[in-house]
Amino acid sequence: MAHAYTPGLKVTEQIELHKRRILPLKGEVLVKVGDKVTPDKVVARTELPGDVDLVNVAQHCNVEPSEILEIMLKKAGDSVEEGEVIARSKSFFGLFKSEANASMKGSVENISEITGQVLLRGMPKPVEVQAYIVGEVEEIIPDEGCVIRTYASFIQGIFGIGGETHGELTMACESPGQKLTPELIKPEHAGKILIGGELVTADALHKAIDTGVTGIVTGGFHDKDLVSFLGYDLGVAITGHEDLGITLIVTEGFGEIAMAARTFDLLKSKTGRLASINGATQIRAGVIRPEVVIPFSETEQVDETLMARTATMGLQTGSPIRVIRQPYFGHLGSVKDLPSEPTVLDSGSKARVLVVQFDDGSDAVVPRANVELIEG
Amino acid sequence: MADRKPEDIKVILATDCGSTTTKAILIQKIGDEYRQTHRGESPTTVEAPFEDVTMGVLNSVTEVGELAGRKLIDENGKIIQPADGDRGTDLYISTSSAGGGLQMMVTGVVRKITAESAERAALGAGAIVMDVLAHNDKRLPHQQIERIRQLRPDMILLSGGADGGTIKHVVDLAEIVGAADPKPRLGSSYKLPVIYAGNQDAIAEIEKTLAEKTDLSITPNIRPSMETENLLPAREKIHDLFMEHVMAQAPGYRKLMDWTDAPIMPTPGAVGNILKRVADEMGIEVVGVDIGGATTDIFSVFTGIFNRTVSANLGMSYSISNVFAEAGLPNVMRWVPFNMDEQDLRNRVKNKMIRPTTIPQSMQELIFEQAIAKEALRLAFEQHKGFATKLKGVQQQRTIGDTFSQSDAGATLVNMLTLNLLVGSGGVASHAPLHNQTAMMLIDAFRPEGVTMLAKDSIFMMPHLGVLAEVNPKAATEVFKKDCLIYLGTCIAPVGKAKQGKQIMSYKLENEGKVIDEGTLSFGEVKLIPLGLEQSAVLKANPARGFNLGEGSGDAIERQVKGGTVGIMLDGRGRPLELPEDPDTRIAKLREWMTAWEVYPTQALGE
Repeated sequence: MAHAYTPGLKVTEQIELHKRRILPLKGEVLVKVGDKVTPDKVVARTELPGDVDLVNVAQHCNVEPSEILEIMLKKAGDSVEEGEVIARSKSFFGLFKSEANASMKGSVENISEITGQVLLRGMPKPVEVQAYIVGEVEEIIPDEGCVIRTYASFIQGIFGIGGETHGELTMACESPGQKLTPELIKPEHAGKILIGGELVTADALHKAIDTGVTGIVTGGFHDKDLVSFLGYDLGVAITGHEDLGITLIVTEGFGEIAMAARTFDLLKSKTGRLASINGATQIRAGVIRPEVVIPFSETEQVDETLMARTATMGLQTGSPIRVIRQPYFGHLGSVKDLPSEPTVLDSGSKARVLVVQFDDGSDAVVPRANVELIEG
Repeated sequence: MADRKPEDIKVILATDCGSTTTKAILIQKIGDEYRQTHRGESPTTVEAPFEDVTMGVLNSVTEVGELAGRKLIDENGKIIQPADGDRGTDLYISTSSAGGGLQMMVTGVVRKITAESAERAALGAGAIVMDVLAHNDKRLPHQQIERIRQLRPDMILLSGGADGGTIKHVVDLAEIVGAADPKPRLGSSYKLPVIYAGNQDAIAEIEKTLAEKTDLSITPNIRPSMETENLLPAREKIHDLFMEHVMAQAPGYRKLMDWTDAPIMPTPGAVGNILKRVADEMGIEVVGVDIGGATTDIFSVFTGIFNRTVSANLGMSYSISNVFAEAGLPNVMRWVPFNMDEQDLRNRVKNKMIRPTTIPQSMQELIFEQAIAKEALRLAFEQHKGFATKLKGVQQQRTIGDTFSQSDAGATLVNMLTLNLLVGSGGVASHAPLHNQTAMMLIDAFRPEGVTMLAKDSIFMMPHLGVLAEVNPKAATEVFKKDCLIYLGTCIAPVGKAKQGKQIMSYKLENEGKVIDEGTLSFGEVKLIPLGLEQSAVLKANPARGFNLGEGSGDAIERQVKGGTVGIMLDGRGRPLELPEDPDTRIAKLREWMTAWEVYPTQALGE
């Protein structure tokens, strides 16, 4: 029988992270092994080929496509300015002229005698990759980028919106069960990453953007607020490219769900520290989860015993878990028993289950597919 | 196996490497017939840290071997061939959709004519069509170029123009493809395969434009004239290139290709292959559906013409939120026999999207998930009906007799009244706790008309049988009929509208002269008549005036009908199917239907 997949979200005090910072196309790497970097440091740069456009020269100049070479003023490879005349035809003993102009600055890539069209390529577009985290360059990938190593506290969320950013961690809520409402957002939160509790309301999110808050980490979020925030209903969970002026990281799920105490406490213990966050989420093959990275300072000691604990042990008796579906959605507890025989659920389906002991001491039977490990 | 005669083949091993699971089945000749005897599965190992598909294949084969008491893998980790006693297999074949399957872009001059033919060719070959570019698709050239670059398909099918027609437009398209200078999705060490299947007079110009930049192949035109479509050569070329380029790039596939006795086929291409073959052989019209986590595939054979569509973002886990967004809340809720809070419901859907592997634990969750499935299937089938059409762009000679006829070029081929068999497969359909639930999902989503047999492919064996059909058609069709399908029963749905409670049909079911059941059906009523697997009966039914069972309005029918795990399902809800608008009436009616068809336990449906 296939094993139930029990994905876990990492919430860890200490981890050795290796971040690959790679260009979309080959280019120039601007750092060397051993360099210390900060989030804004540009580590690699390249140029993307420019946009292309087709100019229908034959039509503009009233000639047959096969005659196009006779009227071209530019040949393949020549550079052109926007609006520059690239072809000119004369008719009626030279009295009337027809011209075709370049639609953009760039160069002539191709001239077709079949279609009468000229392909222009615009100026290359520079692309830069930043370090994103504080750390040290440990490896160079020639022409592509580098790997940055850092020791950090690390928290994975379940869902996020918005891309990479960084800022100082600041507590906005006092407990994991508190809602992050507009009145909790203050002018001094500009440029900061705010830690919420069980929910961030739509109003609070908008106020945070207006205030200049960089990011918010919250336990829960309502779907209807996501729709109004994005301006559309998200069909598939592939995010990170949104440009809404803030990065949002949801640690538990949709609805009002208190942030796991462990996550909240870890974030609280790091108040005032610089964190890098990324809301990018991709729930497909090659899953990507949003993350909070809080790198250690130069003076901070790495505890090797804590590092060893980061290895994933799989689902075992005693493993800390979170139930991720109704009727116990959002409840935290630990594995009490792992019966091997499949069990018939209330829905009538047969599935492998486990017995979970909740933090309040009660227990329940849930399908193994409906829990996730809290990995540390 | 090259030297073996088909009749010498006694043991067949087949695998399907899906994106998450590799499934192996064993088929053995028992007496004179082939039967599927064992199955095993194991996680697919295409991605890191394994990066070798054959590991998952060997794991699933090992499991099947253990269950069958047959040693299938030797000490060197190779599949033992041929079969000898309780060792080995005579034939090994495989399909694959791992690594995202085959992702293509297609082009044509006119969106509704050549581009649509190109789309049909690619879908029929088992590809996911990422985008369709056409001369008249209202995008500017630079937007089309940007799109090609962005999507990075595995392959492009370039078509356009009838033979002897103008070449300018199709060369335009080739220039756009050339300007995009596309790079293949997997690996950058080879050129992107481009198949040209357009106006044959333009071949020289196409070669001039694309031969250097791409790996160009030429096939006969898929639309040699407006009136004809010739998809087969392009489909075969797609399969060849899939093997040579796309599969060869995926980790471990070169090894797997050496092992198999027939070319590896893309999974959906293989499913289409077996359905078409069975439909042709039995002379029936078939619709098959495979609803997955991310996508829903629909296959149909009507009037001998095969069509396939992939609804890329209609699925039950990764894409569940998209089903909800596309269908809209009221359309999902109309299938739920109790009230739910909207905010809670929306959050539940999103939570399933972000945690796609969870399963319904409570009956309420199951009912809600099956309501969403009905909408996913309905939307996918709407798309299919719009695509499975007669050729568009055909000049029709009309006589005076055609004046009042609705049939037209571009009309859908899908005719629910002539449909004989509806097959459901994929997680939510195959793994529903009760077969009655699968049957009701199929009926509510597809709305079969007249007399329609319902079945499900319990272990999704169709891909294996599709590729087997290429090398041993007899074994493939035998196993399809005996082991692949679980017959749920037959749906009998008179087409028409009437007032609630009005009698719309009288019927009698007989078996060898013995009456199994007889009675009447009222409008708005559903009934379940037990008739088990391997049982059949003669149905004599008289629809009321204004109601049609396939022979015309008010005309009686007499048909042989098949039983199944559910039985005979009489559906008096009328067609088109409309649910009461008043919420209380709708909920009461849903409870009545679900109780009559024994879909959910009465206590789960509330008071």
